[in-house]
Amino acid sequence: MVRLQAKDLQIRYGDRMIVDELSISIPDEQITVIIGSNGCGKSTLLKALTRIIPHQSGSIVLDGESIVKEPTKRLARKIAVLPQTPESAGALTVGELVSYGRFPHQNRFGQLTKRDLEMIDWALDVTGTKFFKSHPVDSLSGGQRQRVWIAMALAQETDMIFLDEPTTYLDMAHQLEILELLQRLNATEKRTIVMVLHDLNHAARFADYIIGMKFGKIVKTGPSEEIITKPVLRELFQIDAEIGEDPRTGKPICITYNLVRGE
Amino acid sequence: MLNYRIQRIPYSIKLGVSVILMIVLFGMALVFGAADTNVRDVLSAIFTTAPNDQAIMLREIRFPREVAAALVGAALAVSGAIIQGMTRNPLADPGLLGLTAGANAALAIMVAFWPSVNYFGVMLTCFIGAAVGAILVFGFSSFHPEGFTSLRIILAGATISAFLYAIAEGIGIYFKISQQVSMWTAGGMIGTTWNQVSLIAPIVLIGVAISLMCSRQLTILSLSEEMAVGLGQRIRLIKSILFVLVIILTGASVALVGNLAFFGLMVPHIVRSVVGTDYRFVLPMSAIVGAAFMLLADTVARTINAPYETPVAAVVAIMGLPFFLYIVRKGGRSFT
Repeated sequence: MVRLQAKDLQIRYGDRMIVDELSISIPDEQITVIIGSNGCGKSTLLKALTRIIPHQSGSIVLDGESIVKEPTKRLARKIAVLPQTPESAGALTVGELVSYGRFPHQNRFGQLTKRDLEMIDWALDVTGTKFFKSHPVDSLSGGQRQRVWIAMALAQETDMIFLDEPTTYLDMAHQLEILELLQRLNATEKRTIVMVLHDLNHAARFADYIIGMKFGKIVKTGPSEEIITKPVLRELFQIDAEIGEDPRTGKPICITYNLVRGE
Repeated sequence: MLNYRIQRIPYSIKLGVSVILMIVLFGMALVFGAADTNVRDVLSAIFTTAPNDQAIMLREIRFPREVAAALVGAALAVSGAIIQGMTRNPLADPGLLGLTAGANAALAIMVAFWPSVNYFGVMLTCFIGAAVGAILVFGFSSFHPEGFTSLRIILAGATISAFLYAIAEGIGIYFKISQQVSMWTAGGMIGTTWNQVSLIAPIVLIGVAISLMCSRQLTILSLSEEMAVGLGQRIRLIKSILFVLVIILTGASVALVGNLAFFGLMVPHIVRSVVGTDYRFVLPMSAIVGAAFMLLADTVARTINAPYETPVAAVVAIMGLPFFLYIVRKGGRSFT
């Protein structure tokens, strides 16, 4: 039984249709990556699945209950979301910010319990940000900052974590650092991870399941081997790609590509 | 970063020092003034029922006035901090968002049409005016399809404030009541009575208390609305509560002292430079520092040119500006 499912989803901004008649099941305890060209509705889908934005018709069901009806705080104990490049955290310190990940678990007065403190500590630890605990978030580098936001999502202690382009603005090494961290969390903690990625080779390497989107619809879903292929990439991005096999991981890899002209 | 060492001091100590400072300033505000009094007079006015002139003056004039100053300072600082957090706009201030101007215009209308209204009516008028001003500003700035951005709110706030001030002025001139209107709006804390204080104190205290209970919600909201939803906040509800709190705190302040531009903008910035941007720390500290600052400003206003009063708004501006400019220059642990 799949926990999170969307059916016949329609999302509009004003009168512009962003996501159209889309149905999808998110595989549990796996890494799902959504790919597609700019403006194809992948971020919108991610936000709708996490009730950050409303959908006009269709249904999204988590554990047999519509996410629209479920109390938002209870939902926040099941799903953590990291929006695209979170805005400045002002002068909040790393410790302060990460502690707000415990918000959905707290009562009105918000005293941090022993359990809260343990989770915050663990989140700082596993993301390697403990050292910066009393530093203002905005004084850190891009990669460190991204890890802090992820720590906050981890402190939320949810089975599912959704991330919108978690590697944007990071250099190659830091991108990999974030993705490997997420992979570890998935492997050791059985967390379901859903993210939007732009880098096809990262998608191929880290995803168990890829959702390929175009014009607000799903073109094809499946494991890397079925999606990172010449015909599917042509359909998704209008590129003519040369696909090989990564000698280290055995996953498909896009070696080079050209734009498809004259279509 | 402004002085890393200051940030490392535990919050409880910072708060403790501010509370002591506020108490000292309250004492000073009682001792100093146009009429000659000393510490012993103040003590005997508090702890005895001696019916001498000094004690009566202290009990009936200076006491309520300074209690009012502390309340207004706390209310304005807290409402300024809330607006800044809610709109994620470092320039937000009750004065810039049409609240003060709205209360002002409402007072002018009140003086023109119901001049004999009692103090409860004055207060109610201020609440309604502040609410109308704020709704106009937020309404106009949300006309745009993309909703209200920081810049749009400030522009709408400036425009609508100017419009509302013009209305107040126009009514003042047309009905020949400018003087009575300005008695309410520019009078500072002159002539504050126990009667007024006892009406406003519970409102301000409850308002501040509820604000403090919302401080974690405010921090989350100040990150981004998407973040707040993701963390399970009911943002519509929380924003409405915060909005009402701001209107009540600002309305109560205008009812007591009239216009006091800049105060709600300045104090939270000063506070942030010391405690950071977590509203769990910013709000209580703003209340204390706001009260202390207002006590100091009012004491200066009463004594610098005694027996004449200097407008407290001018004192606030003159005392606050240099410090504020210093923080702006240093950047501080404020907005970036």
